[in-house]
Amino acid sequence: MPSGHAPVPDFAVIEEKRWDPRERAERLRRGMAAVKTEFIEAGPGDWPRAVVDFILRERLANLLFGPHTTEGRALAAAWPAQGPRLVPYDRPVESFKQELFEGIDAGFTTTLGGIAETGGLLLAPGPFEPRLLSLVPPVHVALLRADRIFDTLLQAFRELGWNKVLPANALVVSGPSKTADIEQTLAYGVHGPKRLVVVMVS
Amino acid sequence: MSSELEVDFLASSARALADPQLRRNFRRAMDGLMAKRAAAFPDPAEWTRTRALGAAIRAKNLLKLPELLERLEKNLTKNGITVHWAGTTAQANQLVLDLLRARGARAVVKGKSMVSEEMGLNHFLEAHGIESLESDLGEYIIQLDGEMPSHIIMPAIHKNKDQIARTFSEKIRNAKYTEEVDELTAMARAVLRRKFFEADAGLSGVNFAVADTGTLCLVENEGNGRMSTHVPPLHIALMGLEKVVEGLDEVAPLYSLLTRSATGQAISTYFNLISGPRSGGEQDGPREVHLVILDNGRSRIFRDPELRATLACIRCGACMNHCPVYTRIGGHAYQAVYPGPIGAILTPQQEGAGLHHELPHASSLCGACAEVCPVQIPITHLLIRLRREAGHEDPGSPVLGAGTARSRLEDLAWSAWGWVLGHPAAYRFASWCATRCWGLLPAGAPVLKAWTRSRSKPGAARSSLQERARKRGVPDV
Repeated sequence: MPSGHAPVPDFAVIEEKRWDPRERAERLRRGMAAVKTEFIEAGPGDWPRAVVDFILRERLANLLFGPHTTEGRALAAAWPAQGPRLVPYDRPVESFKQELFEGIDAGFTTTLGGIAETGGLLLAPGPFEPRLLSLVPPVHVALLRADRIFDTLLQAFRELGWNKVLPANALVVSGPSKTADIEQTLAYGVHGPKRLVVVMVS
Repeated sequence: MSSELEVDFLASSARALADPQLRRNFRRAMDGLMAKRAAAFPDPAEWTRTRALGAAIRAKNLLKLPELLERLEKNLTKNGITVHWAGTTAQANQLVLDLLRARGARAVVKGKSMVSEEMGLNHFLEAHGIESLESDLGEYIIQLDGEMPSHIIMPAIHKNKDQIARTFSEKIRNAKYTEEVDELTAMARAVLRRKFFEADAGLSGVNFAVADTGTLCLVENEGNGRMSTHVPPLHIALMGLEKVVEGLDEVAPLYSLLTRSATGQAISTYFNLISGPRSGGEQDGPREVHLVILDNGRSRIFRDPELRATLACIRCGACMNHCPVYTRIGGHAYQAVYPGPIGAILTPQQEGAGLHHELPHASSLCGACAEVCPVQIPITHLLIRLRREAGHEDPGSPVLGAGTARSRLEDLAWSAWGWVLGHPAAYRFASWCATRCWGLLPAGAPVLKAWTRSRSKPGAARSSLQERARKRGVPDV
């Protein structure tokens, strides 16, 4: 290791990784499906219906969501009056912890985009979509716009401006929780969500 | 940690070699990890360029280390994260205990942290009446059995599922005996969910700390790291002072090199970037985030421009997965927090070259470790340097305990050798004796025995090179 002057890192090996939009979506899907992520296709107008259908199909009792995002409002507008409950996460966790851990079947979040190279979703939990929304419920339903898929994580860091300022919590998620700590045998759903369902809007 | 044990690497490695179950477990696991890593770097050109980038980033970070640490503290503080500095593991333990006591914390959940292993934090907290529960599945398993990790990434890799099934059925209340991995995992999930829910504080390690943005990065697959850092009201992160990188851009290639080298994953399930506690508008997240930055010998290592490369390590474990010594004896035989080739260079520097003088010899110098190292640490080179440091007091050597493993017999042998070489008549006589009498020396003779125990005795030429040269008319110099 040189000790005199600082070496200049050359990021070209990552910057050269580029794919066209269709390939980006395909790569993301391939990478994430390989680690058991499920995908639902939807259009810009009918994705709330696709989420409702999924919850009905899986016979889930409820879906936790952030009510104050544009997507949250769209979801609430499309929610059926009868059947599963749409639960807003709009209170401090201290008053809600028991229900969050024991009474919630699924959580819904938006994403800031995805990563084509490896698969992965970019999330910035915060006041509108709390940190535990994508973590504690056994099923995580995430909304991804196909035109927001970056080539690489490096590109995402730069274009989201995360290399300058980060939200208090930022997150990359590439699949449901998993472990290989017992004999290197893959097991899903160890501490985080057991299922990750991506609603891909294109 | 190891000072509490009887440190004897030769004896512990002999015990490991004689344990067929242990050897099967490691062989199987290491073969799997090597194959996965190879599959994650299918393009040799991409590998060469990416690791060159990784090495350049770490070298740059280390050159600017003091400045980056100050910048990190400034930006973390600005983000509302409190920074604490600990010179020794004892100070770090006390800092953690004080933080917990001040908030009346009785139960703590832990994400994986090798620095906490350096500190012996679990024992320390338990001794002070605070429950400290490991939540990474592998760490949880070995904590149930009261063991240390045998691998830095896969702490319970020395156990097979039958052994884990027995542990669970004996140690977890109301657990039935099962060898199904999914069922074992579900049992751990059930126990730990309750613990995450109840814990007063969460502890974690740090994979990278970003100076420019004041961010702590955590890499994991299970979600226990996120649970430990986001559910309890207090989060305390622990890191060695070498973990700082300058900008977030630099984290991208290091993260990719880390997951691909460690387990062959293109990306981990979760990459968690923490830049602050719960903010005004947030509904959840910890109220307080603290970072303890531990030295424990690192600044001493930093002072030597050659040994400094040890600090470039991103803890992927690839060196141990590929080491012909580690894959045969496993991690516990090293009797150190960090096993394998990286442990063999780091441990003598951290804990003293005298106590761990055998570790730099736990290598055939085949170079596999350096070949797979994603940040190009010249491990073999440093192994040789530390072999020397253990037995020689170089003036000004920064190595703790340099020269303390000095052997009188070895010193005597070297000075005799030096004297013989300095006296031509003695040299001629010695080489005459060696070539004529070597065959008479039994393979089991003292000293020679150490070599012939596992190898055949080398042969000697019938006459020395000097004699043969003289016969051909080459004059003596």
